Amino acid sequence: MSSYYGRPVIKEPVWTWQIPTYFFTGGLAGASSVLSLGAKLAGNERLSKSALYVGAAADAVSPMLLIADLGRPERFHHMLRVAKATSPMNVGAWILLVSGGASSTAAALELLGRLKPVKLLAETVAALAGPPLATYTGVLVADTAIPVWHEGRHELPWIFGASAAASAGAAACMFVPPAEAGPARRLAVGAVAAEGALMQGMELRLGTTGEVYRRGAAGKLALAAKALAGGGAALLATRGGKSRRSAALGGAMVCAGELCLRWSVFRAGFQSARDPKYTIGPQRARVERAGRSAG
Amino acid sequence: MTTYEQERVGFFTDTSVCIGCKACEVACKEWNLIPQDGTTWTGESYDNTSELNANTWRHVAFVEQERNGDGLRWLMESDVCKHCTHAACLDVCPTGALFRTEFGTVVVQQDICNGCGYCVPACPFGVLGKREEPKDGRVWKCTLCYDRLKGGHEPACAKACPTNSIQFGPLDELRVRADARLAKLERDGVEGARLYGRDPDDGVGGFGAFFLLLDEPEVYGLPPDPVVSTRHLPQMYRSLAAAAAGIVVGIAAAFVGGRS
Ligand code: SF4
Repeated sequence: MSSYYGRPVIKEPVWTWQIPTYFFTGGLAGASSVLSLGAKLAGNERLSKSALYVGAAADAVSPMLLIADLGRPERFHHMLRVAKATSPMNVGAWILLVSGGASSTAAALELLGRLKPVKLLAETVAALAGPPLATYTGVLVADTAIPVWHEGRHELPWIFGASAAASAGAAACMFVPPAEAGPARRLAVGAVAAEGALMQGMELRLGTTGEVYRRGAAGKLALAAKALAGGGAALLATRGGKSRRSAALGGAMVCAGELCLRWSVFRAGFQSARDPKYTIGPQRARVERAGRSAG
Repeated sequence: MTTYEQERVGFFTDTSVCIGCKACEVACKEWNLIPQDGTTWTGESYDNTSELNANTWRHVAFVEQERNGDGLRWLMESDVCKHCTHAACLDVCPTGALFRTEFGTVVVQQDICNGCGYCVPACPFGVLGKREEPKDGRVWKCTLCYDRLKGGHEPACAKACPTNSIQFGPLDELRVRADARLAKLERDGVEGARLYGRDPDDGVGGFGAFFLLLDEPEVYGLPPDPVVSTRHLPQMYRSLAAAAAGIVVGIAAAFVGGRS
């Protein structure tokens, strides 16, 4: 395969550590809001309250991370001067605004113990904004020229969604007594299993494009993600219902694993952009296929 | 069908007459007040700027090809932003800083850009860069000399090109000219000549700045079959909606599962 002095054809992202960290916090916020409302509907106040606080905290950290990554942080509000469906980042900024506004309102009213109906409304809005908040970041990375991200566009929203659900369940396990944390435990364990299967499926489907998930930093992070999330989920499943300490440790391990997973996807994008073979190879094959079918 | 207030204009860069003088790179830098770069020696033929970036808006590629028996063939190509018909950079820009001008070109409004960097990996040609040196934080790329066009002048690079390798004009006219040029080269037996980005049916809807190349695009560092990522955005939003529903179902199941 020819290339220009082995130089990349496309640019790798200029995003720094805040962005994969945000993928984690945004997902945690979104899924926690849903978990909180679900617990409330199921009559599990303790779990509902914990998830509400976790969600509000994650929602509050998220915009700070995003703004800190900007080349011109003082212009962050330019994100909101338009509403633009072709830009997943713009759509996400609006979702985050709604989610953050709603979850912080709900958490504040919960703390103050006032305005119950307004609180319920805010919780509902946060729970509605939560699922898209947890999944749009998968579309955000997929909507680029980076082969491993763009070709993974079918799975990435699912993987990010599963990762978000796992972290929300796991975080709740850290703060809620085991007796009341049953649903959070099941969520964490189930989501970790789903995410593992989805990642495996994506890697298989992507073939050569997907090999970056087994190489370099992305490969190491993917392994760490599997070990931490898998180990944490196993601990939650076996001892999380009995021992508070095991639940806390298992929850923390799953959360760390999900953070590693986001980092792995993030680094994979850089590796995929850097080596021109990932860009040129599939495109050249496409041209040749088209040429054959035309000729 | 997109319509423009003015006729859509662009570049036809005919690499078969490029002599690698870099007058375009210099004229571009001078006119657009671009900070210096490319001052380290790469050893890659005569190319020290290496790629299009925040501080390089015209980039001359040099390829020295040894061909059996035929001696050296020296390929030179002045690369530039393609001003795509379907521009990924413009689509994904969350602030609306990137916009389509009345000339059909794609330009970053520097008073709007907040340096989110989304356009950088979105461009299928790796054209845009975030300017860090000197400290700036915004993204920059070729404007097809928007200010000069407004004043009725041709872009600085085309003006400075001594061999007419860079031709500026209404896109329709350039396409006719390029077809004629390709036919001539084919008649003359020039091997490997092809137009790149002329076809309005390609993955980006055709380039506003297209090329005549003498070898495969990847030899010059160009993608052989670029596709605008937003072409698949409806599909991606469907995956998003399904996955979002999946979260709700999963969480509901976690509650129901405990009762049984
Ligand atoms: S070549 Fe890249 S920067 Fe230029 S218009 Fe197309 S997508 Fe945008």
